[in-house]
Amino acid sequence: MKIVVCLKQVPDTTEVKIDPKTGTLIRDGVPSIINPDDKNALEEALAMGAEVTVISMGPPQAEKALREALAMGAERAILISDRAFAGADTLATSNALAGAIRKLDYDLIFAGRQAIDGDTAQVGPEIAEHLGIPQVTYVEKVEYFDEEGNVKVRRALEDGYEVISVKAPVLLTAIKELNKPRYMNMASISECYGKEITLWNADDIGVDRALLGLAGSPTKVKKSGAKEAKGQGELVIKSYKEAADYAVMKLKEKHYI
Amino acid sequence: MSNLSEYKGVWVFAEQREGELQKVALEILGKGRALADTLETELTAVLIGSSVDGLAKELVCHGADKVIYADSPLLQRYTTDGYAKVLCDLANERKPEIILVGATYLGRDLGPRVAARLGTGLTADCTSLDIDLDTDNLLMTRPAFGGNLMATIVCAENRPQMSTVRPGVFEKLARNDRRQGVIEKVDARIKKADIRTTVEEVVKVCKDFVDIGEAKILVSGGRGLGSGEGFQMLGELAEALGGTIAGSRAAIENGWIDKACQVGQTGKTVRPEVYIACGISGAIQHMAGMQESGYIIAINKDENAPIMQAADLALVGDYRKVIPEMVSKIKALN
Repeated sequence: MKIVVCLKQVPDTTEVKIDPKTGTLIRDGVPSIINPDDKNALEEALAMGAEVTVISMGPPQAEKALREALAMGAERAILISDRAFAGADTLATSNALAGAIRKLDYDLIFAGRQAIDGDTAQVGPEIAEHLGIPQVTYVEKVEYFDEEGNVKVRRALEDGYEVISVKAPVLLTAIKELNKPRYMNMASISECYGKEITLWNADDIGVDRALLGLAGSPTKVKKSGAKEAKGQGELVIKSYKEAADYAVMKLKEKHYI
Repeated sequence: MSNLSEYKGVWVFAEQREGELQKVALEILGKGRALADTLETELTAVLIGSSVDGLAKELVCHGADKVIYADSPLLQRYTTDGYAKVLCDLANERKPEIILVGATYLGRDLGPRVAARLGTGLTADCTSLDIDLDTDNLLMTRPAFGGNLMATIVCAENRPQMSTVRPGVFEKLARNDRRQGVIEKVDARIKKADIRTTVEEVVKVCKDFVDIGEAKILVSGGRGLGSGEGFQMLGELAEALGGTIAGSRAAIENGWIDKACQVGQTGKTVRPEVYIACGISGAIQHMAGMQESGYIIAINKDENAPIMQAADLALVGDYRKVIPEMVSKIKALN
């Protein structure tokens, strides 16, 4: 069984801070990690005993995330990287990744539901659409994937789940409930540095340049900035009895009680 | 892209499950009404399902000028293939300029599939939508970087302009029985072979599922509670106030409260009249989910915690002492 896992290297957004003066992100010293949902996708692919190829689109530094994936147990890693990809929105990103995946042999494509630096959850389904294969998103459990390519999964819903069966090839997106990703082991960490990471550029993936990068991105960021802070509220430093009294009085005054 | 001016009208995907309209469908219909009025165009709700005729009228009562209703037994349950085909075929034929979809687990599955097929842009999880009066483009604003920044996105050269919209952000219009609208039932043109997935069963997990998005008063707890027992105390306050309990990501990850009750970027966006945050420091991801609340009370030992800046009323102290005191005061009032 062959599985392609799509990975993204992301800044650890739990550590991202905002410069209050400029309203921009302070990225200095923020560590890069494999996007958490993608790691669940990789773990599941490895646990299924498949031959796993990891693929990522990003700058040359994204190689680090792919090395980590190799250390976790992936067979092969492909980085698609080119200035022509710069400024890609989700549609252009999915076109690039789909182009690269077309060159690979796969039964299943596994991606994370969404990346923590964008939270869009779009690239997976868009890849599936470009490749003309079905998708199941928000996968919280893989019931089975048999030799004949019959796949049965649980897809999470807000208030439960649905059980979906489908025939491979299919693209699945993983959520964190799916599993607990393994750690890299020491032996594989040193071994992974011996493995080669395949580098593909825009010419290699055979996608029309008009569909890539900024040119292939229908959406553009018009502006961005920090949220407007609202006015300062009241700060009450009093005994607990007085504080409770005051809070109840306020709730009453505002007719909430 | 061909002539952009051929694309007219605002569409809203009217998500229903088991014959019940999702709350977000009415919310985006309310917002869609405002956008359509600004653009002086028509607001259309697209209803996909099987034997859900009664919902079409509801959509008119909540603001739609027109309802396109695609009815087929094959569309009884949501499938990506089935719903995407119907919505894409209709959009290709009728060319709306805007399509809004609720950012539910289904909407976030359908939206990108449709956008990719139509070759257009999609902005995820919008929390604000406006029209640029100079260009008539849709201005789609969403939180970025885990809620650290707000970004406004445009899709200037492609149509339709698509966005998924966070539930709980916009308000639905009051139901008006006398509103008039056209209900057009269309041939869904769907075959069994078009749908490659089979939904074997749908299972509801939370039986006493409380929708924190519906609560008028929320009493919410975080890491600072120190233990799951703290939620009993919060529950007493919630009960005295006629509210519901909720929690931050830390509370969910510690297993103190069910995931369905999570407030924040990875949970729900809530907008209750009163939000009482206990032992919640106020990570930006949490604030993204509750800062639109009417009146925010924070109880925290640390007066410098970010939540204390966001609160309308910040009480410095130990929740274990303040809350029982509040409960007895409230009870004394009644």
